[in-house]
Amino acid sequence: MIVLFGVFLLTLLVITALAIVRSENLFVVVMLAGIFSLLMAAMFLILDAPDVALTEAAVGAGISTVLFLAALALTAERERAGSTNRLLALGVVAVTTLIVIYATFDKPRFGDPAAPVHQHVAPWYLERTPEAIDIPNVVTAILGSFRGYDTLGEVFVVFTAGIGVLFLLGTRPRRNSRSVRVALDESDAGLRHYLIPRVVGRLLVPFIVLFGLYIQFHGEYGPGGGFQAGAIVAAGLILYALLEGEEQALRVMPRWVLTGLVAGGALLYGAVGIAGMLLGGNFLDYSVLATDPIKGQQIGILLIETGVGITVTGVLLSVFHAFAARGRYL
Amino acid sequence: MAVFLDVVSWLLLSLGGAFVFIGGVGALRMPDLYTRIHAASLTDTMGASLIIAGIILQAGASLASIKLAMILLFLLLTSPTATNALASAALLAGMRPGEAIPWRQDRSE
Repeated sequence: MIVLFGVFLLTLLVITALAIVRSENLFVVVMLAGIFSLLMAAMFLILDAPDVALTEAAVGAGISTVLFLAALALTAERERAGSTNRLLALGVVAVTTLIVIYATFDKPRFGDPAAPVHQHVAPWYLERTPEAIDIPNVVTAILGSFRGYDTLGEVFVVFTAGIGVLFLLGTRPRRNSRSVRVALDESDAGLRHYLIPRVVGRLLVPFIVLFGLYIQFHGEYGPGGGFQAGAIVAAGLILYALLEGEEQALRVMPRWVLTGLVAGGALLYGAVGIAGMLLGGNFLDYSVLATDPIKGQQIGILLIETGVGITVTGVLLSVFHAFAARGRYL
Repeated sequence: MAVFLDVVSWLLLSLGGAFVFIGGVGALRMPDLYTRIHAASLTDTMGASLIIAGIILQAGASLASIKLAMILLFLLLTSPTATNALASAALLAGMRPGEAIPWRQDRSE
């Protein structure tokens, strides 16, 4: 039965991918990309990877779509017809596809327990998590503690990406004369004139943020963690910005708070690592954070996950506001 | 009792599936945007309600049922709102009822 679902989802994925390539309307492409991510999330869920599914649904289908739409508001809706060498492109794609298909012959069967990926370090993680960290979600244990360096790197990738977008888009163009501002005040107001979306949206925002916090702090027990929670909290606050207008959102959460979040989360993560060093352990060794090493591990994971969530929220909100502010001055 | 529950939930699930199917056909076949939105909104309200009610009967009195009820509440709040927002956005963009859908026009050009 599950195989049937898998085949069905993969077929839909291929159809969506083809539609994305074929469509010339970029608005349609953005929507299809969101559908693609949602299908991918369902696929991950079938493959028993709820943590990844949650990330894909929150980031891929949710936030990315909003950011793409914000970017699309600054550019044209139609793709420019390019004069490309189709035969060459077709040849490259065909050869690559054949190589990839050839490579799959070497792979173990789908779901094979004897596959190298299940025999390499995974058994060690599964065995060590209950005794060393004692939290039910092994994914969080691996992400936060066993492979804390990797996650630190990921947080700094998000951090760097945010800084990059802010450098490119965050500057205020000079021609923000008063007349332009007054003329655009109407669009500033967000959805203020639309009663139904506004009422329902305002009702939902607190629950979305609450759900984000649940995902954040329940990450050790169920699927979730800082990355997913950051995306969900950011989605809730972006919804607020869409409803009430960007100005109002910036009054609630000014730019300096956003910048503080971007840097603060990454700093918190690094500080936990350095605290471990000062207390006599290695960098990112949480065992020394409390007298009981298991307790220390749990505190460490909680803190670094909070750091991840703060940075992701800050970066996503900053990127959104950078795009939105850009549109206002065009 | 168990058989009765199974039959009722099966009925609800099939009926919900039928509504989703009708919504899908309507979204493809209706003549203009507004009638299409109307057809598609069937999927969100009737389809989703009946299917979730069917699953709740299967789940019985458990935490899963409460979660499903919350999901249903969320869907019943958001889907009609999204439909309303979509329709008013289309109206604001100058699309009149009875007008052919833009991407249809593109094809014929």
